[in-house]
Amino acid sequence: MDEKDIQVLIDGVVHYFHSIVDKGTEVGTPYLAEYEDPVIGDYTGVIQISGVRRGSIYFTAPSAMLSHILLKQGEPDRSPQVLADIVGEVANTISGNARRAFGQEFVISVPSVHIGPQVRQKLALNERSVVIPISWKQYRAALVVSLS
Amino acid sequence: MKILIVDDSLVIRNRIQRVIGVRRFDNILTASNGREAVEIFRREKPEIVTLDITMPELDGIATTSELVRINPGAMILIVSAVADKPTAIEALKRGAHGFLLKPFTDQQLLDALQMLLKGPKAGPRGR
Repeated sequence: MDEKDIQVLIDGVVHYFHSIVDKGTEVGTPYLAEYEDPVIGDYTGVIQISGVRRGSIYFTAPSAMLSHILLKQGEPDRSPQVLADIVGEVANTISGNARRAFGQEFVISVPSVHIGPQVRQKLALNERSVVIPISWKQYRAALVVSLS
Repeated sequence: MKILIVDDSLVIRNRIQRVIGVRRFDNILTASNGREAVEIFRREKPEIVTLDITMPELDGIATTSELVRINPGAMILIVSAVADKPTAIEALKRGAHGFLLKPFTDQQLLDALQMLLKGPKAGPRGR
């Protein structure tokens, strides 16, 4: 994974949040997980990647931020089921959009969702994983990319 | 007019329903995967289908083929995050009539459906 690959995913994050949420969303400087662990939110949507690349992309966010994203989409239901649904949909959308640059051999799975912050061991996080920090209002989220 | 909304995301299904609900559709059906979509399509015979690609059970590309085999006259709008051109072209080859890329605005969805109802085949949209 090189800088161009990371930029593709940053562009995907910016596009999603500016389209759906708020142009005030900011994407911070990406960093390697070996230097600093990402903050794991209440909900984490995970996309498994196969084909020419292997690994995973996950989007993790606090429930308050996800509730706000639902509000922006006109969704009145804030139940845990719906919070889990939207975190998976964000991960799916950003990963799917990346196929514009990576091609159709960049195969994405349907999302799986982990609930609760104690899921680090399930996320296949490694020292070369890249963390893309996302901030919107008072909320902090992240896209974490572990690709070979 | 009947429309079938197919997406594994409840949030997306609800959103599409809200956006189009007050328009010309008097019967809105939903399905959360391709297999369920085929069953509902066969039973209810909707004129229009919005269809995600990345879904469990049966993906949107395979589902398109099934729906076209059952009723070649149905109009199918792919609504997906999958952004590569070969996938969009494959969906159109199998019988889809339009392609709307996620994330989409309410207006982009309405425009895509309007274009579908007008008839000519549409290319990839959005972004």
